[in-house]
Order: sequence, then structure tokens, then C-alpha cells
Amino acid sequence: MSEIRFTDQHEWVRLEGDTATIGITDYAQEQLGDVVYVELPEVGKTMAAGDEAAVVESVKAASEVYAPVSGEIVEVNADLEGQPGGVNEDAMGRGWFVKLKLADKSEFTKLMDEDAYKAFVEGLA
Amino acid sequence: MRYLPLTEADRRDMLGVIGAKSVDDLFVDVPVRARRDGLVDLPKRKGELDVERALSAMAAKNVSAGSVPFFVGAGAYRHHVPSTVDHLIQRSEFLTSYTPYQPEITQGTLQYLFEFQTHVAMLTGMDVANASMYDGSTACGEAVLMAHRVTKRKKAVLSGTLHPHYRAVVENISEVGGYAVEALAPAVSDRTEDIIARIGDDTSCVVVQGPSFFGDLIDLSAIADAAHAKGALLIAVVTEIISLGLVTPPGDMGADIVVGEGQSIGNGLNFGGPYVGLFATKTKYVRQMPGRLCGETVDAAGERGFVLTLSTREQHIRREKATSNICTNSGLCCLAFSIHLSLLGEDGFRRLARINHANAVKLADGLASVKGVEVLSKTFFNEFTIRLPRAASGIVDALAEKNVIAGLPASRLIPDDASVENLLIVASTEINTDDDRAAFVAALKEVL
Repeated sequence: MSEIRFTDQHEWVRLEGDTATIGITDYAQEQLGDVVYVELPEVGKTMAAGDEAAVVESVKAASEVYAPVSGEIVEVNADLEGQPGGVNEDAMGRGWFVKLKLADKSEFTKLMDEDAYKAFVEGLA
Repeated sequence: MRYLPLTEADRRDMLGVIGAKSVDDLFVDVPVRARRDGLVDLPKRKGELDVERALSAMAAKNVSAGSVPFFVGAGAYRHHVPSTVDHLIQRSEFLTSYTPYQPEITQGTLQYLFEFQTHVAMLTGMDVANASMYDGSTACGEAVLMAHRVTKRKKAVLSGTLHPHYRAVVENISEVGGYAVEALAPAVSDRTEDIIARIGDDTSCVVVQGPSFFGDLIDLSAIADAAHAKGALLIAVVTEIISLGLVTPPGDMGADIVVGEGQSIGNGLNFGGPYVGLFATKTKYVRQMPGRLCGETVDAAGERGFVLTLSTREQHIRREKATSNICTNSGLCCLAFSIHLSLLGEDGFRRLARINHANAVKLADGLASVKGVEVLSKTFFNEFTIRLPRAASGIVDALAEKNVIAGLPASRLIPDDASVENLLIVASTEINTDDDRAAFVAALKEVL
């Protein structure tokens, strides 16, 4: 059973046990356009919520992806190195960026749930 | 009307904000000995003809590089630049065009940048080169910063035969960025083992120049292997790019980044600038590379075209996280470089390199025959170091009186070091004739 949360920076976090998988939302990938490169952090690196976790580069811009929650990087999505387009094709699935070992669950529960994020995005239109 | 937009009150307010008492306070970082008290004593008025006469008389006291046998190198070399080069770069499409901020409509500019990059990559033996930096020394500083980004380490090791100006730029840029630099003491030839011994687990890069500041050639392979074994990069520096017509390219000896000064091809001495910095690396590091990068592609109709590519590294998109604050390149100088190199062709370039080397060998043989002179460089391209029986600076001054510009006393760039006081760095390019060399040898015999 997994739970999913969102940030106002258009990142998503899916929590399974104490492993948080992080990516960018479908809305974000659409705004960025074709993703051409993703720079990922090193496994083993510890980061606080708000630290830069990755850089996603599209034909239009390069944007930082911030860690929505604190923890240690346990895995990065190596598939994105050769196929960054995976972010466009399946942002919420195989386009994930990193997996963190969650340090503090309260950081996760504070984030927006799916309905709140939907309302947030609609508000941007 | 004079354009003086600031009032005294404006100045006072601005100084107040930054906490300076006077405009002079803004110059405290300039050493006192380099500052001047008061104004230069000039006559209130003079006729144009009088001014021209006075300045011409002053200028005539100089011994210019083109007027006498000239043997100075040390990072800036006097070569023959065919008049075709100047003629072509002065076409207004080249001369007056600014850096391509709207790149795709300036296909001509992009094409020559692409050709320049191709030339640099081929010469250095690397995968990819950028559209040039300001000069060799800043390219060297940028290479060190790039190595820090690639390795996520913060310490550079500099060889003792790196050009002192390049070393100064690296030290300066590192001090500002909070990075460490370990520089070996200047030496005519530092031993490979000594450099390798400095490479540690915290070393991001090793910077080695070849031909060295003193002229020696160096096999980089062992240093490259040692650096790679510790997870560090090898940055190779080339200040005399024509050497690559004869010497193995640094890329073939394992260099990860090659930087250099391109002035020797297509560009005059220009009083020390503008010059053209060369910067090349391996494809896998391209996203950490500074500077403009031009790419070849096809348009919607399948026609060949050029674009600026990987711009997300650059400041106009990436802001403070850009790989560099350079937002332009040495456009006209790199155009001159590419035109000259194209005129030479591969065979011509190799031939030019052979002539340079042959001329330097002839000069070294001539100087070695002078009593009290010792040629220290064992292997060299077009530049080498000799030991004189007393301080080189005095001898160079004496030779200048005899209308020979004999070379660079090492003490000019390495002051307060008794071990280099008698050393003279001498270059001989294709411009020197047998008569030039004979004049040098004869004058030196008289002076010693």
C-alpha cells in the first residue's frame, strides 16, 4: 500500500514503507517540454528537505528538482541517463528520479495530497 | 557637452551604501607602488603636429618586435600571419558582428565557430572543443573549476613548469571560490614522480603544461594514469599551439581537458591581447564544460545547419548555476585562427612546426657554442632555456642595446628566486633568419 504526496514545486513523492520515490509531475513535464538530460545525485548522499536532488534539462530550460523530504539517497533511476524521454512518457511511473530513505515521516504527511495538488494546478491555469 | 550623469550627492550616497569614504577608497586593492599621486604633468595645450612629433620621438625609443632579431616567447609567440587573414577577418560581416545572441539567423558566424571547434578538437586530440575562451590562462582557470565540478573535489595540483601567469590565474580564481591549490615550486623540469606524489584522494585535477614554460616536452601518459587511478583528471596546457604540428596531442596521452593559447595561429602579439583561449574535453564531460558550443544539425527541410547547443550550461539560462560566467567568446581571434589554419592545411601546419623546431635547434646549437652558456632543455619544440654565467636580466638589457631582443629572463615572471636568476627562456619561430641567429650569438659573445 503506497501513499502519494505533492509539492508546490511540482514534485511527487510516493511512500512505500520508509522508501520515498521522487519524481516530477505530469504537469511539470508538460511545462518543460522534451526532457533531454537528467542529472542525478550520488547514492548514499544525505539531503534535507529543500536541497537540490536533481537537475532536469529540457530543450527550453534547466530546472532544479528539490528533495521534498529529508533522507538518504538509496537509488537513482539510471535508465534516465540513456532515455531522459521517460520523464515525458511516464512522469509518475518509470520517469522517477531518486529513492530516499525517509528520515521523518511528518515531512511527508505535511505535503499536499492528490486532491489538493489537483486544485493547486487548476488554480495556476 | 560633457556627459557627467552623477552629481556629488549621487556619489556620496553610493559611497555611503558600500561604506567607502571616497572614490579613492575603491582603489585600496591596487598596490601603492602601482598608483600615482596627482595628475601627469602635461602642458595645457599643444598643436596636433607638436603632439605627433613628441609622441613619435618617444615611440622611437622602443625596440619593437618586428624591427630587430626577436626571440621572446613564454606564452606569446611572434609568427608570420599571412595578409590574407587580416584581409578576410576585416570583412564587415565578421568584423562588426556581435556574439550571436539570436544564433540561428547568423549561420555564417555559427559555421566558422563550428569549423574552429573542429580544428581545436583535431589539434588537441579531444572529442569536443568550445567556441573559445578569452585566453589560455583563463581557459586554464575554467578547466580547474570544471574538474572540481566533475570530480566533486576541491583541490588542484599544479606542475612547477606551468606558466606563472596561468598559475596566478588559477590561484586567484581558486581563492575566490574557496578551492585549494598545491603548486610545485618553479623548476626547469619537474620530475613526473614529483607530480604524481602530490596526487591524493582529494585531488580533483593535475595541471601540466607541455611544452613547458621553460620549453621542455613532457610525456603526460604516466601522470594521466596516476591521476585516473586516484579519480582525478589531467588538464593539459599548451601555450604554443603550433607545437601540436609535431608533438603527440595531449588527448592521445590521456588528458581529460586540454586548454591552450591559440594566439600563435592567425593572431599577432597584440601587446598581450586580445588572444584566443582554446578549450577541449571528452564527450562525457561536455555538460560541465564552460563556454559557447556550436553544433551541426539539419533543419526541417533536411538541410545542413548550425545551432548553439547545450546552452543550458550557460549563464543566460542557468543563471548562478551556470558552468561559467563567460557568455561570449573571442570571436574575431578564433576566426583568424581558423582562416590561418585552413590556409596552412594539415601538411602546411606540420611543415610550419618542423621549421620552428629546426630554427630553435639551430639557435640552441649556436648559443651552446658560446663560452659560459649552457642549454638546459633536453627536448624542446621552438623554445628552450639556457643558463648564463650571471643574471639574465642584465644580459638581456645589454643585448637590447645591441638591437637583439634575446628572450625572457625567467626572473621577470618568477621574481625573488635565486635559482632562476641566470636563466633565459629563448624562442625561435619561422620568422627568425640565419642572420638573426648569427646576430644573437655574436652579440652574446660580446656581452659576456
